[in-house]
Amino acid sequence: MEHVSTTERVVRGILIGLVLIFFLFPIFWIFLMSFQTNETILRIPPSLFFEPTISNYKALITGRLETTAGDLDIAFMRNLGNSVLLSTGAVLLSLLLGVPAAYAFARFRFRLGENIAFTLLSFRFAPPLLVLLPLSLYFKQLGLTDTYVGLIWVYQLICLPLILWIVRGYFEDISPDIEHAYRISGNSWLRTFFRIAIPLARPGIAAAALLAFIFAWNNFIFALILASASKQPVTVGALAFVTASGIQYGQIAAAIVLSVTPTLLLALYAQRYLVEGLSLGAVKG
Amino acid sequence: MARLELKALAKSFKGNAVLSDISLSTAQGEIVVIFGPSGTGKTVLLRLIAGVDDLDRGAILVDGRDVTDVAPDRRDIGMAFQNFALFPHMSAFDNIASPLTARRMNGQAMRDGVMGVARMLKIDHVLDHAPRELSNGQKQRTALARALAGSPKILLLDDPLRNVDAKLRYEMRLELPPLLKQSGATVLYVTQDYKEAMALADRIAVLIDGRFVQVASSEEIYLNPASVRVARLFGDPTINLIEVVPRESAVGVAVSIGNKVLELGAGHRAAVGRPALLGVRPEAMRIGAPNGGIAARVIAVTPLNERAVTLLKTQDGQEILASQPAQDRTAEPDSDVGIHFDEKDILLFDQSNGARIGAGAGA
Repeated sequence: MEHVSTTERVVRGILIGLVLIFFLFPIFWIFLMSFQTNETILRIPPSLFFEPTISNYKALITGRLETTAGDLDIAFMRNLGNSVLLSTGAVLLSLLLGVPAAYAFARFRFRLGENIAFTLLSFRFAPPLLVLLPLSLYFKQLGLTDTYVGLIWVYQLICLPLILWIVRGYFEDISPDIEHAYRISGNSWLRTFFRIAIPLARPGIAAAALLAFIFAWNNFIFALILASASKQPVTVGALAFVTASGIQYGQIAAAIVLSVTPTLLLALYAQRYLVEGLSLGAVKG
Repeated sequence: MARLELKALAKSFKGNAVLSDISLSTAQGEIVVIFGPSGTGKTVLLRLIAGVDDLDRGAILVDGRDVTDVAPDRRDIGMAFQNFALFPHMSAFDNIASPLTARRMNGQAMRDGVMGVARMLKIDHVLDHAPRELSNGQKQRTALARALAGSPKILLLDDPLRNVDAKLRYEMRLELPPLLKQSGATVLYVTQDYKEAMALADRIAVLIDGRFVQVASSEEIYLNPASVRVARLFGDPTINLIEVVPRESAVGVAVSIGNKVLELGAGHRAAVGRPALLGVRPEAMRIGAPNGGIAARVIAVTPLNERAVTLLKTQDGQEILASQPAQDRTAEPDSDVGIHFDEKDILLFDQSNGARIGAGAGA
């Protein structure tokens, strides 16, 4: 172990603490807000002490939003379900298409290969709004507007390039000799892909899938234009909290907490696959 | 057991010919060492035979069956890679078992198969370890065990001792030949170490610039190299090469080295008038009294592995190395001595292309 002096350790602790406070305080504050009513949230000066209430969560889960101007129906839980469905569907489809494609780009040199790979990446360059107008026209023609299939398809613009390029790098890092050795042992190409290439690239696949999920989850504009209320994810659904009688900060905070939870759980779950260095020591460097 | 035949293989990468006109025919169970300097295409050759890379021209036959277009998993070949190429996410056991599980073998038969080779290679105590937990020597043995486990007809070993320490390399050099013979496979063994080549080979195929320049037994290659480059590759210290122009003499062919005129005998007549290199191995040099031999001065004496290597300089500035058993060493630095060697130890090469000329050439 390297020698670290006490002062150094203390200073380091303070600095890390500051960074953590900077990044985590908003989340902590939102978490507190989600247990308060609009009145306690908006009082001046703000206080850490209040009478906690679960009315915000209750409103979200039951779908009845009680405001001073009367009761309002909100489809938050449905939005949450849509988000899960759309993001999961989009990531699964991207994995299905992107992982084999990434392998092909990593292992084989073929005509226009680099151009195709770059074109796929360039999907990320274009401002979504620029793409959306023609896309919404196409979708009307094809009858894909306001369908899950259509949305999942559009989400490929977000997920596929991400997965393709991240996973490709991981495949390229695997020594081809490992795959050759497995083939020479008497295994088919397909078996080698599933038994060697995929398991060794798993940290990369997990990281890419998680990232793609987060991007898909946080997308706003595609669903805003291409989907109606019944298919909209939480990002769009949150607009409902801006009501005639004011902005429902308490419900917004509770909605944020609820919508961050799936991503957070997924990230915690994926963490064990993100551990790198699995292939260390397999080949002499 | 199988016979491997290579017929005029050729391979180039991006227009650069790496291998050209590689032909070889092995006997059953023969160990052929592919030997050559680095970057000469040895590994490429193994990869072509394994089917990992496609060849441009030629054919590969195993027991008379053309496998040129057969996929690598159906060639019945075992291969140990220079970088080991172990499967990092599998235990040593599963690594070694992979050729057996690929054939749907399981249960006791598979376990026996793995344990058999593992015991033979003394790694049966680390079978549950992941590759990253193994030492280099154990990794190398695991890779070797995996290549052997499927009892392949052809075994390709790509410099398997390259990445292991000197002591283990020495041990393995002794252990490998009986092990390989026992496996019954026809073995192609790639190495850059001439001692390893000579220790293991039934025959050595010397690969230089993508061609086999000589395929012969260790002894034949050492005593009768086909060219200067082959002669230089084998032997430590390397062969002495002295520039001479042979001329006709009363009894045959003669050359002058320093103060001395040497008669080479009539066998070297073809070399007359051509600038040539006269090669004599350091072991063939004898250091004696100044009179009679080639007059030279002792520059330095270096003890080397039970032998003493003496650096000498003739009167015309030619440096010559002599290697003798250490206990026979007589010459002291700065003394004047005479160098002697026998006519039979002389190898003559053409200076322009390095080819052997005169007696023994083309053997």
